[in-house]
This record gives sequence, structure tokens and C-alpha cells, in this order.
Amino acid sequence: MTTKSIGEPIARVEDARLVTGQGRYADDLMPGALEMAVLRSPHAHARIVDIDLEAVLDLPGVHAVYTYDDLTGPMAEPLPLLIPHPTLTHGRTQYALAKDEVNYVGEAIAVVVADDRYIAEDAVGRILVSYEFLPPVVGIDKARAAEHLVHDDVPGNVAARMEQGFGDAAGAIAKAPHKLVLDIEVERSAATPMEGRGTVARWDRDLGRMSVWSSTQTSTGVRAAIASKLGLDLGQVDLVTPDVGGGFGVKIVHPWPEELLVPFAARALGRPVKFIEDRREHFISSAHERGQQQHIEVGFDEDGRVLGVDFRFWHDHGAYTPYGLIVPIITSTQFLGPYKIPNYHVVFESLYTNTVIVTPYRGAGRPQAVYAMERMLDAIAAHLGIDRTLVRERNFIQPDEFPYAHGEMSFQDGRPLVYDSGNYPELMAKAKALVGWEDFERFRDEARAEGRKVGIGIACYVEGTGVGPYEGGHVTIETSGKVKVSTGLTTQGQGHQTAFAQIVADELGARFEDVEVVTGDTRRSPYSVGTFASRAAVMSGSAIALAARKAKEKALRLAAQALEVDESDLEINDGVVSVKGAPGTSIDLGTLAVLSNPLRYAFDEASKAATQFVVGDPGKPPVPEGEEPGLEGKDFYSPMRSTFASGIHAVIVETDPDTAEIEILKYAVVHDCGTLINPRIVEGQIHGGVAQGVGGALYERMEYDESGQLLNASFMDFLIPYVTEIPKKIDIDHQVTPSPLNPLGIKGAGEAGVIPTAAAFASAIEDAEGITITSMPISPSQLFDLRLQAAADGTTNQEGTN
Amino acid sequence: MPAPELTDVTLTVNGVQHEITVEPRRLLSDALRHDLGLTGTHVGCEHGVCGACTVLVDGKPTRACLMFAVAAQDYAITTVEGLTRPDGSLSPVQQAFKDCHGLQCGFCTPGFLTTVAAGIEENPDPTEDEARDMIAGNLCRCTGYQNIVASVLRAAELQAGESEESA
Repeated sequence: MTTKSIGEPIARVEDARLVTGQGRYADDLMPGALEMAVLRSPHAHARIVDIDLEAVLDLPGVHAVYTYDDLTGPMAEPLPLLIPHPTLTHGRTQYALAKDEVNYVGEAIAVVVADDRYIAEDAVGRILVSYEFLPPVVGIDKARAAEHLVHDDVPGNVAARMEQGFGDAAGAIAKAPHKLVLDIEVERSAATPMEGRGTVARWDRDLGRMSVWSSTQTSTGVRAAIASKLGLDLGQVDLVTPDVGGGFGVKIVHPWPEELLVPFAARALGRPVKFIEDRREHFISSAHERGQQQHIEVGFDEDGRVLGVDFRFWHDHGAYTPYGLIVPIITSTQFLGPYKIPNYHVVFESLYTNTVIVTPYRGAGRPQAVYAMERMLDAIAAHLGIDRTLVRERNFIQPDEFPYAHGEMSFQDGRPLVYDSGNYPELMAKAKALVGWEDFERFRDEARAEGRKVGIGIACYVEGTGVGPYEGGHVTIETSGKVKVSTGLTTQGQGHQTAFAQIVADELGARFEDVEVVTGDTRRSPYSVGTFASRAAVMSGSAIALAARKAKEKALRLAAQALEVDESDLEINDGVVSVKGAPGTSIDLGTLAVLSNPLRYAFDEASKAATQFVVGDPGKPPVPEGEEPGLEGKDFYSPMRSTFASGIHAVIVETDPDTAEIEILKYAVVHDCGTLINPRIVEGQIHGGVAQGVGGALYERMEYDESGQLLNASFMDFLIPYVTEIPKKIDIDHQVTPSPLNPLGIKGAGEAGVIPTAAAFASAIEDAEGITITSMPISPSQLFDLRLQAAADGTTNQEGTN
Repeated sequence: MPAPELTDVTLTVNGVQHEITVEPRRLLSDALRHDLGLTGTHVGCEHGVCGACTVLVDGKPTRACLMFAVAAQDYAITTVEGLTRPDGSLSPVQQAFKDCHGLQCGFCTPGFLTTVAAGIEENPDPTEDEARDMIAGNLCRCTGYQNIVASVLRAAELQAGESEESA
């Protein structure tokens, strides 16, 4: 009997390679390739008056220098606006190399291709650019004031104004017994995967083929962009995703200028070319996220039930809008969380600033949304003097109310915002038990008696995961009995080779060890979307399950003929098809693969068994009508809409009475991602998400000065957490509410760990200090300043707000 | 611009001597990766903060991005490739990371592995706090460190088990 594989914490098959230094990341490929370095703008806003390349042209080891003037055809056009939207009335994208004007420090102006990166950087340093300075617009205040414009033809610096809602929010708030107004903000952070961006390309003149390896989250998207920009047929471009050293969203944007310029140069020079981004480049030329100002007006009753919300926010999207409005749309819709809000109005403006572009970073607008909603609910609890968890429970959507539609709202995929399943009251009960909510006041009293300040915080989220349009799966059984699986989306550490193999092992009845999975290779899977929005397990997991079922159907058909029994009498275990109750009557999958492919030529022992003189019914064609040669299954999964995961984080902090340092005493996560394929991998995703959340709540911020210089563009100054900043233990409890929308009941889990973290910390710090927290992240110095301010204003509530 | 000055360097890496000719400014990390083809050593920041490029220099964890190749020639260097046993089997630290899901994308992993390999040589029986100290100079963006700490403790256990067997 085959052991069930889904749900088991199986150790990853990827790791043997990765712990021995045998991984293949972008910079490990193509030894001897020429290397590209980029001249990036040192100014946030300037006109390019002249570029003098004289000092570079004769440098030994330099093969080419390109500026905008060297680009022709589609390469000379602006980069694509990947996700247009009717409300994005003033979308702008940059050129692969700046044309006339630069709009952020780090924008690419010229590239040098040389024997190695050292020479290429030497050459970049010798390019002379004269600039005419323009006034920079940095920060949301400056963008809103619009005293200066980022783009001359974008009035008010507003790319988009989007308004949605249902019911009558203004009316409900006006009539409500209680009202509150909150003005809060979240600062910029960034994904900062340990490996930056990287692209390698080789042009094969003989075959007319472009082979590209890119550290990307979307193989097919980069491929299509390269084909389109370089004037190649899609079929001439192969995009292979090598091992990717983390993505967290930043590698979904495409094409990056370098992803086009590398193949462009490879074709022009007839030599392989690579670009490997360094860390400073990553800070100033890859995307950031999170920065928003939020204004909330809410009306509610005596019990804390929300009657109406008006949510306005201003979203800083940086200098260009290649990824459209996805981040603010998600904020505006996922704000609703697990709550029944009867009347809702949301409006946002997406604003230009002379800073690095803003595109999805793990959570993608949800951390900001959850922060806004949960700050609001904490404020309601404080206003009414009732327990924060009670306010949440009173507003929860109930388990019998699914599917639950939020009025006429539409989600980031343009589909109605309808939750498929969940059980939020049970989640809350689990969260309170896990963190010890009811016992906390006793702990607070004990701590206070010792002169210590502690606080507890809680935050809930709902996350739309598994967004469409589709993914595919292809399962091939080889004559050896090995099962080869391909799906087009990419892998950046999620363990897809393991999790998808578990699905195939179960669905097909193969041995887990016999299943080998390839992701992100357009030669194997040319139709795909990408890995983002916690969609890989839902989308490709489902597609692969469906493909495996098709392969199984065919295997059973062939086996029924071979064994002369009825299909319904057969079962597959450990790669062997046998008659139920008569395991002696059997045939293995490898042999069925042989039989599935009638051959003219016997090129090895296995194929001898399948030549046309041996197999098949002589009364029928060798390949029967309706069949294809080979033992394969292929299918696509395309859901009507997203599936909604949910969870609650709770944290206990201690704040130092003197230094205002914030120590994490306990961190508890309860989450529901439907069916767990591999609990070990899911927990790893949660650990990593929480760590990024801790960084985003307490340490990480992009420090731009008023001239648009990023002052902390290094790991020395941008503080991503070491082990010393992360709680020693992250308590996790799972709840499983399967999704009815896909064959395995899966919901996404990749982003969840980071989503409610800043909200939970704001709640806990506020509870510890009795000072209202309105801006995250928060550093000890900022908390110290808040204490001084509160003392001066006499607004400290020493009793806490629990 | 004058042609760059080149220097002959002998590097002893994982017990094997290599002769290379490089510019004095060539980083050890680049020499290992691009001159010797030992691409297991990864470069995450090039300013000595992340620890992904950590190799052992005479057994001591050292940032290969902060050392010039020319300065490395009198030392015995061990990279992640050198942790694997000559018969291809995994060393305790490699096995432990695999057993405990101590890695996700794998990019920072070689730096952790070399650091921990040296760490459990020096302290074969670390407490959990000592395990955390051991890895406190390396950045990981994927795992939240929980399973890396578990991997350190497991590596020490596996190593102790081996020492007993060979004793």
C-alpha cells in the first residue's frame, strides 16, 4: 500500500544539492561570459544634457557601451506597463536606458559590456554625464503637495485615483453612535532577497535561438518580453529559471532593463553576456514597497460593531508604474479582512515620487491594509473600553456565511471579492489559547511589580491567494518508471520539487522517490504565469494534480487491456498497477509507458518490448483512435476566483523603561491555508514571513533624504534581522478549512507570515506603553520620542489598553 | 589606462593547490567562484555583512568578499564543496541542515554551513543560546532562523555520534 504523501513533513529533495554547493544560480552559469555593468543616475531628478563615452571606448577589455541612442525599434520604446487599469490614467514606465531624463537615483543610463565585472565597472566610472538638475519630489507629503512634478505631464503627481465601495458609508458613519478618525502611516521597506537580480544570455547564431537564464519569478513573462523587444519569435527564445536565491516579489517585475539589455548585447556581440546585480544596485534599482499614508473614518455602535468605514489612502509608487495598481488595489480590498463591514467606501491616490519603483513585496499591500483595519479596531476597543479580541469577534464573518461577498467590490484579478471558506471565530479561540490572552493581565501585573513594561497585541488577516489566470502541469511516465513533472511557474526556495512530487505520488500512485519536478523552464512548460501572490501551491499544485489524474486514467486504460480486466478493478500503488485483492496480477508503470508507445525500432531492451510486431491489437491501429503515443497527462487549472486564506498573529513584547528597546517575549501564529501539502515547508514559510514582518515592524525602512538619496543602501545600514532579532520560538497552530475551489482544497501560505506582523506589534507596543502608535516601523528612538511627547502632552494611559 | 598588473597566486582550497594569475584587487570570493569554478561560495552583499561568502581560512570563518585572493595564498581554505566527504557523503552540518529544513532558497546556506562547521569544532556541545550566537553574523531572508538553530544543535549531535563511533 502506498503511503499517503500529502500532509507529510517530508524532507526536501532540493537540499542534497544545495548543501553541497551544487546549486546553480544565475552567476554560477556560463563561465567566461562577458559581464555587464550599469551606469546609474546619481541624481533623483535631472535632465541628461550630454553623455561623453570618449574615455571608455578604447579601454582594453571593453566590448561595448550602450546608451539610449543605441536602442532601436521596440527596444527604444518605454518598458511595458504590465498591468493596465482603467483608473491608471497617467501610467508611466521607464526606458531600458534613460532617454533625456532620470527620475530616481539608480535609474539605468548606460551599460558597459567587458571581459569581467571589474573592467566593466572601471569603464562605467569613466563615463561622463552632464545633468541639468530638476527639483526632486520625495515622500508622500511632497508628492501630494505637488509643488513640483515628477513627470511634467502628470498633474498633481497622481497616476491613478480609484474609488470603490458598497452601501452608504458616509450615511452610516454620520448616523453611528460613535465615530473615530485615524491618521496613520507605514514606511517603505523592500524584499531584499539574499541573491540580487541576475540574467545570462547566449545567442546561437546557427540555430537562431536565444537562451536566457534569469533569476525571475516569471519565466514566461520574461521570455515574452525579450521576444517582443528584440523582434524574435516567441519560439526562438528559451527562458530557463535557474536556482533563485529568494524573490519575495521583487523578481516578478519584468522585464527589468538588464533582462533586455543582456540578450540584446549577447546577440550584438555574438558572445554570452551576464549581468549580476550587486547589493547597492539592488537597493537603488530594484523595487521597494509598503509606503502609505492612511486616513480612516469609522462609525460604530456601543458593542464595537462597525457600521461604516471611509478609508482614504495615498500610495507612494515611486517614479514609474510598471506593475500598475496591484499593491494599492490589494490594500483597498484586503482592508476588509475577516470582518463584515456593512458600508464601505475606499478611495486611493497612487502618487509619483523621485524614488525607486514600488511593486509587490511579500504581502503586497496587505500588511498596510491589515495595519489600517487592526489599528482601527484597536482604537474602537480603546474608545469603548472593551477587550480588543471581543471587538474583532463581534465583527467576524461567521462560518455559516460562506461564500461571503463583500458588496460589489472587485479584487486584484478584476473578479468579485467573494471569500470561499473560513472559520474566523475558531481561529480567534486558538490564537487566544496559544498566546495566553486570558492570562496576560496577571503576567502584566507581575511584570509591573518588577518595574517592567509588557504589552500584548493581536491582528487578524484574510489573504486572497491563488490568483489566476491559470497554471499548467505536465506529467510524463518514462519507460524506466520514473515520473517527470513540469510546471511553468518558478521556484525561489518554496520547495516545489518536493511538494509537487508529493501531489503526483499520491494522485498517480507512484513512489515519491521516482517523481522529479522541473519548474520555470519554458522549453518544458511554455504556458504559465508565475510565482507570486501565494499562488504556486494552489495553481500549479492543482494543475499538476489534474495532470497526474489524466496520466493515471491512461495508465489504467492501458493496464486494463494488458491484464484483460476491467479498469475499475485496478489500483496503482508504488508505481505498480494491480488487480484489487489480487496483487499478483500486475504491471508496472514503466512497462505501461513502453506499451503506450508502439515502436518501429528497438533501440534498447525496454523498447524491444514495444515494437509493432509485439504489441497492440492487430485489428486496430497501433495508436487507437483518441489516444496519443506516450504515457502522459497534461492539464491546466484556471479558477473562477481566488481562494482566501486567513490567520491571526499575537505577540507579547517588553519595552525597556529607559532605552525604549522592544523585546519579543512570545510570538504566536494561528493560520488556515486549507489542505497542507507539506507542514514542514508551510511552517518554514511562516517562520520566514514572521522574520520579515519583525524586520518591517521594528527595523527596516528606506531612509531617503530630501534630495532623493537613499542613505541606507547597504546591509550595514538597512537592518534586516539576524537571528538575534527574531523570537527564539514562533508558536504555530494550524486550522484546516479546505478551499472548495480547487481539487486538493489548498489555499496559499507563502506571504501570510508577514501580513499581520506590523499591526500586531503596533497593538502590543501601544498596549505596553499606553501611547497611541500611528506610524510603523518603530525604532527605540522613535518610541523614546513618543514617550517624551506623551509626557509633555499628558496623554499617556499608564493602565494599558487591553 | 595602463594594463592591469597581474600576480601569480597559489591558492590551497579544499586540500588542492591551484595556480592562478589575477589582479591584486581580485576578491577571494571572485577567485574561488570564477577562477576556480567553485561556485558554492555565494556573494550576497560584497561588504562583509551578510556572511553568504563565508569560507574557512585555516579553519576560521572568514568573509571571502573582504579578502583579496593574493592575501589568501599562505592559508588552507575550505569552501562548502570541501565540507562534503571524499566519498560524497554529507558532513554532519550538511546532513543536519537537510534533516531540519534549515534552508529554503539555499543562497545564504554555504556561509552558514562553513560557519557552523567551524563553530561545532570549537564548541562541540552548544546550548541553544550558543547555537544562536554561532550564527549571529549571517543573514538569511527565508527561514526566520528557527530551523537553522535546530540544524546547529542537530549537527553537533551528529558529529558527537560520529566521534563516539570512531572512538
